[in-house]
Amino acid sequence: MTESIQLIKQIIKPKLKELRLSIYLLTRNTLTRISLIILLVLILIAVFAPQIAPYPTHLLLENNPTDKLMPPSSQYFFGTDELGRDIFSRILYGARLSLEASVYVVGFALVIGTILGAIAGTIGKLVDEIIMRITDLFMSFPPLLLTIAITAVLGPSLKNAQFAIILTWWPWYARLARGQAISLRERQFIKAAEAIGTPTYKIILSHIIPNCISPIIVQASMDMGTVILALAGLGFLGLGAQPPIPEWGLMISTSRNYFMNAWWYSAFPGLAILITVMTLNLLGDGLREILDPKTRKL
Amino acid sequence: MAKYIIRRILVSAFVLFGLIVITFTLTRIIPTDPAAKWVGPRATAEQIAAARIKLGLDEPVFVQFGKYITDILHGDLGYSLVSHKPVTEELLQYLPATLELIIVGTFLGVIIGIPLGLYSAKNKNSWFDHICRFFSVGAVSLPSFWIALMLQLIFYGWLGWLPVGSRVSLQVGLMYDLPDITGLLLLDSLITGNMVIFKDALRHIILPAIPLAMFPIGYSARMTRSALLEILNEDYIIAARSYGLKERLILWVYAFKNSLGPTVTVLTMTVATLLVGTFLIEVIFSWPGMGRYIGNAILSFDFPAIMGVTLLTGLSYTVFNLIADILMVLDPRIRL
Repeated sequence: MTESIQLIKQIIKPKLKELRLSIYLLTRNTLTRISLIILLVLILIAVFAPQIAPYPTHLLLENNPTDKLMPPSSQYFFGTDELGRDIFSRILYGARLSLEASVYVVGFALVIGTILGAIAGTIGKLVDEIIMRITDLFMSFPPLLLTIAITAVLGPSLKNAQFAIILTWWPWYARLARGQAISLRERQFIKAAEAIGTPTYKIILSHIIPNCISPIIVQASMDMGTVILALAGLGFLGLGAQPPIPEWGLMISTSRNYFMNAWWYSAFPGLAILITVMTLNLLGDGLREILDPKTRKL
Repeated sequence: MAKYIIRRILVSAFVLFGLIVITFTLTRIIPTDPAAKWVGPRATAEQIAAARIKLGLDEPVFVQFGKYITDILHGDLGYSLVSHKPVTEELLQYLPATLELIIVGTFLGVIIGIPLGLYSAKNKNSWFDHICRFFSVGAVSLPSFWIALMLQLIFYGWLGWLPVGSRVSLQVGLMYDLPDITGLLLLDSLITGNMVIFKDALRHIILPAIPLAMFPIGYSARMTRSALLEILNEDYIIAARSYGLKERLILWVYAFKNSLGPTVTVLTMTVATLLVGTFLIEVIFSWPGMGRYIGNAILSFDFPAIMGVTLLTGLSYTVFNLIADILMVLDPRIRL
């Protein structure tokens, strides 16, 4: 018993050390440290939105005609919209919606892309050729173009927008995973696994994927911001979340009819998007910098 | 090299064929019946059946696909379900305005972004460099449609400095015959020497072009900075320095020329972003281009129009990419 605990400790120790070093390196850069803190705050907001929001009932179709389009005040921090709903509360819920939606999108794209990429890289030949030509196709067009066409056909909704982004996004991860898999395939431990007759699917799942995951994780952290922007853009075009869902892009889209006389209506949801995406981008930059041996300084 | 170019053209052809397959598949899985949409909500069953035959929806899928490809190769993108006009005709009418906006946006992006990147690489870790890096991350994180609304609010609503909506003011449009040589209003008014229209068109294009330029500014500043930083550590730069050459000469002639490599990448990425980014911006500024066209088409479920814009945008981007790749081969450092 104690032996096994010792063994586990031995395995975990260097990993822990590495993790601690990574966190140290991450927090050493001021900009990265600040963005890490903001991200934590954003996550807290997303989790506790119903508890923090001053007017949780203003989330959906509540109508307060007496408080229509009120400017920011101590009662309504960010003012109210055309139905008299508190914009601050809605933005808090929007944080939850956007973060959750983008985690799903990046997660699914990552899983699909990594698996297909690892298969292509490990097996090679015809399978590789087919999968790579499909990724070529998706990667040859401006990122949002096919997403817009697909969502328009499936019918505008947040679910369909997410689905369309996943459908056009996985090739990027597939590419990354394939590149890694090809270089791993020649390594001795893979050859050894093959020599003792390990089935290919097992090699892919337990040797290839775990060893090619770290650059993919970095890519995913950098993609989070882009996905939030894409979802907001689709919402703005009317292809994403539908009213009365408090999605940031949709809020800005509705505000177009009122913003000349109610600047706060468009200003605050946009600021929320900007801050969230920028935080994620800065963090992604920081991550890349410490994981890239070229720029990594101890 | 000829082999590479031929291969590259074949790849582009494959990509375009794939795009056609995708749009065709998409138009066949639409939940609403295009024929019913074509005749309107009060149509009888016979009218819908007649429309189905007229639109060729009664034939087998493979026949339909064959027809679809032949039509596209002949430049026929079908008919708009709303206006009943040929989509190609409508697109060609809207294309120049979009093209003009993209060109101005790209130009702004490159002309501001590259010097920013240069200057911040030269003064690495100065306050300018820090602000510039912060700004370039900010610029790629901005929702362009939001900054467009904010600019409209400030410069049109509050300050009243710049006009919004359409490409020229109503008065100018009524007083003068708008020149139509290339369709690019700025260029045409310069060719015909009509400075009134030129000035007015320029004032109209500034506000929509800025939000479009934000991404290229940030992106090209970032790419230029990192490319230059790498180059400034190269041996030949150190050699030039040890010869006592002026720092300015080293930066602008020796280093800058070699940092232009990633510019091609920057330009392709910029065009890719702007081609779709303009969809959002045109809707806000009532810019009479393809973006507003697809915006309206989305709202009215006009699928031939949506697919038309998708095909045309995909085609433009593929051709642009092809040209960029072929140009890149001309760089003597890239040997194939």
